[in-house]
Amino acid sequence: MGKIFAIIISNLLINNYILFRFMGLCPFLGVSKQTKPAFSMGLAVIFVLLLSGAMTWAAYNYVLLPFRIDYMRTVVFILVIAASVQFIEMVILKMSPALYRALGIYLPLITTNCIVLGVTVINTEDFFAGGKAITGSFGYSVLQVFCAGVGFLFVLMLMSGIRERLELADIPESMEGLPIAFIIASIMSLAFMGFVGMRI
Amino acid sequence: MATSIIASIATLCGLGIFFGFVLAYAAKKFHVPVDPTIERILAKLPGANCGSCGKAGCMGFAQALLAGELDLHSCSVAATENKKDIAAILGLSLEEKAKKVSCLHCCGGNHAKDKFLYDGIKDCLAASLVLGGQKECAYGCLTYGTCVKACPFDAIEMTGEGFPRVIESKCTACGICVNVCPKGLYTLIPFEPEKAKIYVACTSNDSGKVVMSVCGVGCIACRRCEKACPHGAVAVIDNLARIDYDKCTGCLECAKVCPTKVIKVRGAQPSPSR
Repeated sequence: MGKIFAIIISNLLINNYILFRFMGLCPFLGVSKQTKPAFSMGLAVIFVLLLSGAMTWAAYNYVLLPFRIDYMRTVVFILVIAASVQFIEMVILKMSPALYRALGIYLPLITTNCIVLGVTVINTEDFFAGGKAITGSFGYSVLQVFCAGVGFLFVLMLMSGIRERLELADIPESMEGLPIAFIIASIMSLAFMGFVGMRI
Repeated sequence: MATSIIASIATLCGLGIFFGFVLAYAAKKFHVPVDPTIERILAKLPGANCGSCGKAGCMGFAQALLAGELDLHSCSVAATENKKDIAAILGLSLEEKAKKVSCLHCCGGNHAKDKFLYDGIKDCLAASLVLGGQKECAYGCLTYGTCVKACPFDAIEMTGEGFPRVIESKCTACGICVNVCPKGLYTLIPFEPEKAKIYVACTSNDSGKVVMSVCGVGCIACRRCEKACPHGAVAVIDNLARIDYDKCTGCLECAKVCPTKVIKVRGAQPSPSR
């Protein structure tokens, strides 16, 4: 129970993937101008993370570890993630055109995002010991990717809310657009650094 | 050593082949047929995905065209020949759309008195949030040039009299200034000067007395234009002269009798300040 709580708090706040680990920065700056697309993007990230978290766990546990080639995990994970997301994109297009319109354009963008690869690699370090999956490893992995995705959505919503208001603010011309966004991102990151001292 | 090399190669090849087959199967199984008409329309569209039609891109526009949600005029980028081709594909005829130009209905500017000293962001949208703007006239131009900044074609400039001016040769009648002005001072009028020779440079619905006290150059609703017009094209409704361009012949009788000279002849506008 304590471990589950630790994973949730750690991924949402302390080790937030955008503001502490600096992963997934492209969508963080690229899709954070308006709240609505930012929300769709966050949902798409959670979706892709859940899918690839489960797929890479299986690939690591059932393919890489038995053959003792766990050093191949980066390239194999990329292969697994790209293929599974492509597959799911086709399925969504067929099954639910409405969902495809909401997530469709974001899915291929996220496939190659470092947050996806990053969380799955961190999973293999956290929940495998001595070449074996620890007890409840799969559940922990799925929880970790889900919380990482929610943390991503959370920060993306904060950022897009701020940037929507910035549109009306009187910003020096040379600072408009991305420069001020970077400064805000760094201040937000500083704020999140405050969670580092937390012990759970 | 050798076994680990073989194992890695075999694993990667195996996974690659496995996913390859899965995707190939999925592509067949979950294939969604695209209407070939859409592809033909898409080939004639600019493909810039600019979004000015309100759809996510040219693909969305093509779908909306086919569904009848939008008409061809919603695309301001495609060339007329291409639009004719698309109309032929859709089995419709393309009526030529009358060319229009944006027109500012206020000439207050520096003539209009201030209600208070506004010291906020130099932007009409921000200024209009404070008691409806700093001008005594509740209808008039706020003079901070949000339209000048918003115009993507640089077709609006500030004049020395404190209100903006549309450079008609550059205006494409995209309607952005119409939407952005917090006071709604812009309308689209016929482009050809023969069809729309004059315009009323005021939007105020206040009575003549109020207009004279806050501005002095607005429409005071004296109805002289209404009486002077031989064609019945001018009508004063809600204390404001309005011109019906379908009836107006451009005889300029109304402009001659207007005591505040608020009925302006197009092209005779003040020179820009630089």
